[in-house]
Amino acid sequence: MFAELLQYMLSGLTIGAIYALAGLGFSIIYNASHVINFAQGEFIMIGGMASATLTASGVPLPLAILIGCGGAMLVGVLVAKFAVERARNASTVTLIIITIGASIFLRGVAELVWGKDFKRLDAFSGETPIQFLGASMQPQSLWVVGTAAVLIVAIGLFFNRTLTGKAILATSHNRLAAQLVGIDVKRVVLASFALSAALGAIGGAVVAPITFSYTEMGIMLGLKGFTAAVLGGLGHGPGAVAGGLIVGVAEALGAGYISSAYKDAVAFVIILAVLLFMPNGLFGKRGTERV
Amino acid sequence: MRKSLLATIAFTAMTAMTAVSGLLSGAAQAADPIKVGAIISATGPASFLGDPEKKVLELYADRINKAGGVDGRQVQLTVYDDGGAADKAASFTKRLIESDGVDVIVGGTTTAATMAAVPLVERAGVPFISLAGAVVIVEPVKKWVFKTPHTDRMAAEKVMEDMKKRGLTKLALLSEDSGFGKSGREQTVAVAKERGIELVADETYGAKDTDVTAQLTKIKNTAAAQAVLVFGLGQGPAVVTKNYRQLGMSLPLYQSHGVASKEYIRLAGGAAEGVRLPAAGLVVAAQLPDSDPQKKVVTEFTKVYEDSFNSEVSTFAGHAYDGLMIALDAVKRAGGTDKAKLRDAIEQTKGYVGTGGTVTMSPKDHMGLTLDAFHMVEVRQGDWSLVK
Repeated sequence: MFAELLQYMLSGLTIGAIYALAGLGFSIIYNASHVINFAQGEFIMIGGMASATLTASGVPLPLAILIGCGGAMLVGVLVAKFAVERARNASTVTLIIITIGASIFLRGVAELVWGKDFKRLDAFSGETPIQFLGASMQPQSLWVVGTAAVLIVAIGLFFNRTLTGKAILATSHNRLAAQLVGIDVKRVVLASFALSAALGAIGGAVVAPITFSYTEMGIMLGLKGFTAAVLGGLGHGPGAVAGGLIVGVAEALGAGYISSAYKDAVAFVIILAVLLFMPNGLFGKRGTERV
Repeated sequence: MRKSLLATIAFTAMTAMTAVSGLLSGAAQAADPIKVGAIISATGPASFLGDPEKKVLELYADRINKAGGVDGRQVQLTVYDDGGAADKAASFTKRLIESDGVDVIVGGTTTAATMAAVPLVERAGVPFISLAGAVVIVEPVKKWVFKTPHTDRMAAEKVMEDMKKRGLTKLALLSEDSGFGKSGREQTVAVAKERGIELVADETYGAKDTDVTAQLTKIKNTAAAQAVLVFGLGQGPAVVTKNYRQLGMSLPLYQSHGVASKEYIRLAGGAAEGVRLPAAGLVVAAQLPDSDPQKKVVTEFTKVYEDSFNSEVSTFAGHAYDGLMIALDAVKRAGGTDKAKLRDAIEQTKGYVGTGGTVTMSPKDHMGLTLDAFHMVEVRQGDWSLVK
């Protein structure tokens, strides 16, 4: 009985950590530009595909992840520069639609570059399951959870301790004021895209051994990441992580105790309920609008 | 005088031209191409099925044309990509029938695409050979609709036949919430009843789920279960297989024919060892005994495919090959492309040995495969091996 519950919790935390990683990227870009970047899932895909294909051709794993990261950052900057920045004066909804377009475009290009089949990346530290009080988990799950934790701390430090980080925060609070005190807002947006692309790519590489990588892996991860970000409060980093873990655990418990057919429904009911009573998410600041 | 000379020249020239053009059109009629249309999901979520299908159709149409065509007529292939969307499949079917005027349609990669095209071909009266799996395509029999792949029902039957041989009677089912998985689930439930197998668990998972340990834990705690059957396509079954070993489950694990490609073994890695599934002779071509009628066909097809595309052959590629060959074989027997005669000829296909098995159709059976077309295979040392 207890082992069963523990197993569901472990499963939930594994999936949840993956969602959390995806959700973080949404929050960063939202902070800097108030754009919900639906190409975030594609950054994850680029990281996963690059590390899987590069290691398969003999590149050592850390280098492969680094290259994937660099590639994703470049793509992120290009998307920001040539798609989002060009339409700067358009409404937020238009910008969101542009990112959806970018995501479809990136998937298409990826299909041409890497082909349509699934790629396999070996787990970082073997596949012998870790037994724990009658439950078991893949060692790779620890990598996912660990990476998510490290990234969250790193991002927290970045935003609060570095000038660039503070500039991004300032831009998110008040774009005009930030511009007036001499912050190059355009560069801030570029930096935020590069940063969340890098985050996504690292996430993609870490989750690839569990999920396998393929050009469409970003669709599901992107959606679930978005859900996590909204649940935790858009723009709130730790909130996105909490949101991801909650969705993951809810799915696992739903599948285990209710029925696997209603797994997604359980997660969505929770989200609906939360948003009904807390429209800004669990940790989001209450939005006030001056009339 | 001069005028009349000119007139004569003009007249002669005109007559000559008419004669020439007459000759030309006569020649064109004799070598009128056989128009084969195809709707394939070459891109989109079902592209891992559709991509090899499209390649095979193009490759073989080309090879047949280079060898002189069918009865001296060239094969003119028109392929449309529906991107895995049923509505697009319907509009492309319309286009094939109305503006391209095809003689026969091969395709419909997925069951959804096929079922969207069915009412159109039935109304227009165009022979249609589907490449999709579900049993609903040919049951109940539709006048103009045929199919080449094995059905999910046959897969369920083959698995339960193997279970009985091993003395197992209680099955836990884990199916994918995709069209393929849902139809497979229905068929499994129905077949289990007929064959006296008791379903002790009936769980599902999402096609893109990255972890199914929750469902598997539930099955693991179902004490009565003696074997587990997974019905799914793509990466899902590989995730299930990995999670299965992670939880240390040791019941016999069966998969459906949906994973009968090397990709599954590659993705699941060591976890796939010992997994059994029903598969067409194509995936175990080299291991078939020489006495097997399929041996020659599948070995040759494998060689042609792998030499041409430098990638491993899949059963889906084989379905497209079978579809095209059955259609062209029927053209030969019908002595032309009259649609009604062609349809009858397809229905009379008898003893055609293809990559999927030996096909003998009848007015009651528009697929024509028997359970013998499936071989039970087991993953051993990273490769398929025939279960004797």
